[in-house]
Amino acid sequence: MSTEDDKRSPQRRALADAMRPKLERIGRRGLLRGGFSLGALTMLSGCNLADGDTVDRILLAMSRFNDRVQALLFSGHALAPTYAEDRITRPFPYNAFYPIDNAPDLDAADWKLEVSGLVADRTPWTVERLRALPQESQITRLICVEGWSAIGQWGGVPLRTFLERVGADTRARYVGFKCADRYYGSIDMASALQPQTILALDFEKKPLPSGFGYPLRLRIPTKLGFKNPKFITALFVTNDYPGGYWEDQGYNWFSGS
Amino acid sequence: MDDARGRERVVVHPAIVRLTHWINAAAIVMMVMSGWQIYDASPLLPFTFPGWAVLGGWLGGGIAWHLAAMWLLVGNGLLYVVYGVASRHFAHAFLPLTPRGVWRDLRRALTFQLPHKAGRYNAVQRLLYVVVLLLGIAAVLSGLGLWKPVQLSWIGAPIGGYPTLRWVHFFAMTGIVGFVAIHLLLVALVPRTLPAMITGRARIPATETGA
Repeated sequence: MSTEDDKRSPQRRALADAMRPKLERIGRRGLLRGGFSLGALTMLSGCNLADGDTVDRILLAMSRFNDRVQALLFSGHALAPTYAEDRITRPFPYNAFYPIDNAPDLDAADWKLEVSGLVADRTPWTVERLRALPQESQITRLICVEGWSAIGQWGGVPLRTFLERVGADTRARYVGFKCADRYYGSIDMASALQPQTILALDFEKKPLPSGFGYPLRLRIPTKLGFKNPKFITALFVTNDYPGGYWEDQGYNWFSGS
Repeated sequence: MDDARGRERVVVHPAIVRLTHWINAAAIVMMVMSGWQIYDASPLLPFTFPGWAVLGGWLGGGIAWHLAAMWLLVGNGLLYVVYGVASRHFAHAFLPLTPRGVWRDLRRALTFQLPHKAGRYNAVQRLLYVVVLLLGIAAVLSGLGLWKPVQLSWIGAPIGGYPTLRWVHFFAMTGIVGFVAIHLLLVALVPRTLPAMITGRARIPATETGA
């Protein structure tokens, strides 16, 4: 359910497969009812009370309240735990809202990262130019919203470095992402500037595997897995709440660790 | 106050205890059922909780319930704990608690020789209430550690971090659910304890007063 991974046993995979039609149904219902808030409103409570909308409204208001509490709890200096190489989970689980065979197969030669919003320089970026920027590597635990977790190694450009390079307004509220797999998402600026938040090009010291977001993904160990979009094709800086693929269906937006 | 049948009605449960008890009951039901919904997305053990026992409809709904009801659980729990310590309710209701006393009352209970005295907990009850209070604290602390494994990393750090916290949270839940099962069984066996938890008052036979 996060954008990442699954070291799942066959039994767990069967469970996820069983859940998938339900999620798609819910997703369609959300789309039919239209828009972000209504989409989320129709499905949070899971009960068919006569006044189910009231329950949903309360749950959504509490989720917004939890966004604010998490922003207050967040410290840009608190670092996610890091691990030795022998702790890396192998094979690293795959997870997304579609099977791995349907993952985009992008060609780095054609790929560009579009940059827009509150930035000074909107020149699109190639993989080559991104690799010319300072690189950071980390071994951290990816925690999925489903509950499981796995330790992996990612390398790439710190998002802070990138935002500074494109002259982003770092007082803006959000950094948003659009992806080649129809996924989209957004994070708060404070988390975007945390030193472990990176635009990852590498996984285990090699270019990202195709199912893991090649050529570019976000790796943010201070948020749940679904806040780590893969196959990024566009990045934007904004003050208008951009939402996200799962957030628009009811997942808590901040979802910070 | 004596009633017509020569029995005394006394306040056995203070109003704050009754209020926090029923709010807690509602919060626990919401937390456990939405927690089971979350568990089902990635089971720790080779079983899942059936659809009728879970709350939220899907993982996102379960999380929304869980992270909303947690404020009710924790706020209400803090009120209860602060009251229990400040008013000496805990000291009065849960102490003394000795292994010898627990063993004595456990033997009596298992041979159906343990009298129920309104307003006074026997040693087995005291042990159960103290244990479930500690389980509640363990559930809340491990839950906070799971919610904020980076910002509150000190919670999980001494015991192996996030994956261990999942097990602690699961076992705390299991203990609490086990307590609730025993608690409800005992209420069914001694039904006159139920109105006392609502009105706060119990009729105590004259022979029991002063015991």
